[in-house]
Amino acid sequence: MNYRENENLVAFAPFGLENSWTLDAYRSIGGYQSWQQVLSGELSADDIIDKVKASGLRGRGGAGFPTGLKWSFMPRNAPGQKYIVCNSDESEPGTCHDRDILRYNPHALIEGMAIAGYAMGATVGYNYIRGEFFAEPVPRFESALREAYEAGLLGQNINGSGIDFDLHMFVGAGAYICGEETGLLESLEGKPGRPRFKPPFPANYGLYGKPTTVNNTYTLASVPTILRKGPEWFAALGPEKSGGAAIYSVSGHVEKPGNYELPMGIPFPDLLEICGGIWKGRKLKAVIPGGSSVPVMPGEVIMECNMDYESLREAGSALGTGAVVVMDETTCMVRMLERISRFYYAESCGQCTPCREGTGWLNRVINRVIDGKGRSEDLDMLVEVANKIEGHTICALGDAAAWPVQSFIKHYRHEFAYMIEHGGRSIVEADGKAAA
Amino acid sequence: MNEKTTRTVALSDHAREVIDHWVAKFPEGRQRSAVIEALRVVQHDNKGYLTADLMDAVADYIDVPRIQVYEVAAFYSIFETEPCGEHHISVCTNISCHLRGSQEIVDHIEKKLGVKTGESTPDGKFFLKREEECLAACVNAPMMMIDHVYYEHLTPEKVDDILDKIE
Ligand SMILES: Cc1cc2nc3c(=O)[nH]c(=O)nc-3n(C[C@H](O)[C@H](O)[C@H](O)COP(=O)(O)O)c2cc1C
Ligand code: FES
Repeated sequence: MNYRENENLVAFAPFGLENSWTLDAYRSIGGYQSWQQVLSGELSADDIIDKVKASGLRGRGGAGFPTGLKWSFMPRNAPGQKYIVCNSDESEPGTCHDRDILRYNPHALIEGMAIAGYAMGATVGYNYIRGEFFAEPVPRFESALREAYEAGLLGQNINGSGIDFDLHMFVGAGAYICGEETGLLESLEGKPGRPRFKPPFPANYGLYGKPTTVNNTYTLASVPTILRKGPEWFAALGPEKSGGAAIYSVSGHVEKPGNYELPMGIPFPDLLEICGGIWKGRKLKAVIPGGSSVPVMPGEVIMECNMDYESLREAGSALGTGAVVVMDETTCMVRMLERISRFYYAESCGQCTPCREGTGWLNRVINRVIDGKGRSEDLDMLVEVANKIEGHTICALGDAAAWPVQSFIKHYRHEFAYMIEHGGRSIVEADGKAAA
Repeated sequence: MNEKTTRTVALSDHAREVIDHWVAKFPEGRQRSAVIEALRVVQHDNKGYLTADLMDAVADYIDVPRIQVYEVAAFYSIFETEPCGEHHISVCTNISCHLRGSQEIVDHIEKKLGVKTGESTPDGKFFLKREEECLAACVNAPMMMIDHVYYEHLTPEKVDDILDKIE
């Protein structure tokens, strides 16, 4: 199978075209055809939801929830305002494909949001973009939005169809927790982004208390291609239960880091080869396959694995956001975990005690080990603290903080133990492997 | 508009225009949603940080309680409520950047500017804000952001070039 056929591209379909972000470029690959079908009454809301269900599309924001099913939870015909909200907060460490969708294919997202809005009876949409995207992705999306309005694709009674859809942009201001969907809604209401208790779920009580669905950028930007090429085509790209393509953001110690949109389920060795292999001729040590929150996998384990939801789950990790962080043999796993734990500590919103206190503990104990003051009981304590956070918080940030600790210590316990016994010296330095 | 006359400074016409533009995107009575955008423009116009007076002015202009503006300013990392240098430098040191040498970049900038992370240069030009969390440019690591502009595939030489060109 040639994974790199242009034919296989979903959200990256217009990449390679000149000014791929413009309306003309997007139209040249069939963009807005599906939306036109909606506007002319050829595609009903039920059709859309059925097709999205049949495609096997699962949420690309990290949790992998089936998108069609999620859309069917919206009380579509209930009176009152409903909202579709796009999550372009992209801040899971290692993840960077939404930024490229916003920069290079914003119209796919606009079309996807319009279609999703129609399918769920939402006449207003907001795209929540992280604040740090202010200089480049934000203006790109904004000008695409302007083009779409000028072309009569958005607004009230669009083309006399009787269909209304208004789309606005919102720009955040720096907080990982606003990527969590209810934190995002709080932020959109102009408040600190502290996640809400669920239930009620956003489909019943969302933005301003109105029924709302939040989807990830890549999820929504995949919808137009699915409708254009057919749900069967999309489903067949990947294995069962993992329909479609994934944008693997491959970073770290590979020769050619990059965002690669490839059929779901590609064997890891093939993905590694596409990325030019491990850099500097070194050996693979470990991979975090789905963003910093998912469990780390030893190199020999992932070399046997396919990159899809089910395969990675069975192997003890997760596809998450598709962010593949590759580490070579010189990587000190204690320092990696320290950096990860510092992130969750810094980003905990502080409303749940296990997360607020626990993430600080985790980071301080790991730093103690690095400073050469670790004690032999510290490793069990780290796992115990992580276990006490997991499952005991309002949102999944707590779990995201716990999984790396549990998995790093499970697979690399000897590195932590070595450092404790040797006054803070890393095993990779002892092996003479440390990066020069 | 409420008559709150205590120590408010005037917002610039430009700031008011931007705020009006954002308020219009939200339903009637939901103007609180515009607080983040209002603070962003006001901070920018004030050379990189917010003051209590400015926050009050924003609250009064948008017509929300002042406390609601303070809590937003405190919660989000983009906002600064203490005087600091005008150009904010944030070097990402999260995992992908860490693996591609972000520490060397931080060390280099600290040495070049003669300040530690979290400090501003005495001339008020630069603020080496913090070791930044992931900015979603991981495949182009190491990277940094200066006033929202991303600089990717960094080397110490490239950093020199970039910083030397900033007015
Ligand atoms: C702490 C935390 C951070 C999150 N950050 C993001 C994010 O940056 N982008 C995103 O799309 N989803 C993020 N999510 C997942 C969202 O809560 C939500 O599940 C997702 O936006 C739903 O869209 P999807 O079904 O299309 O994946 C995060 C979740 C948690 C718990
Ligand atoms: S880890 Fe540095 S940009 Fe993502």
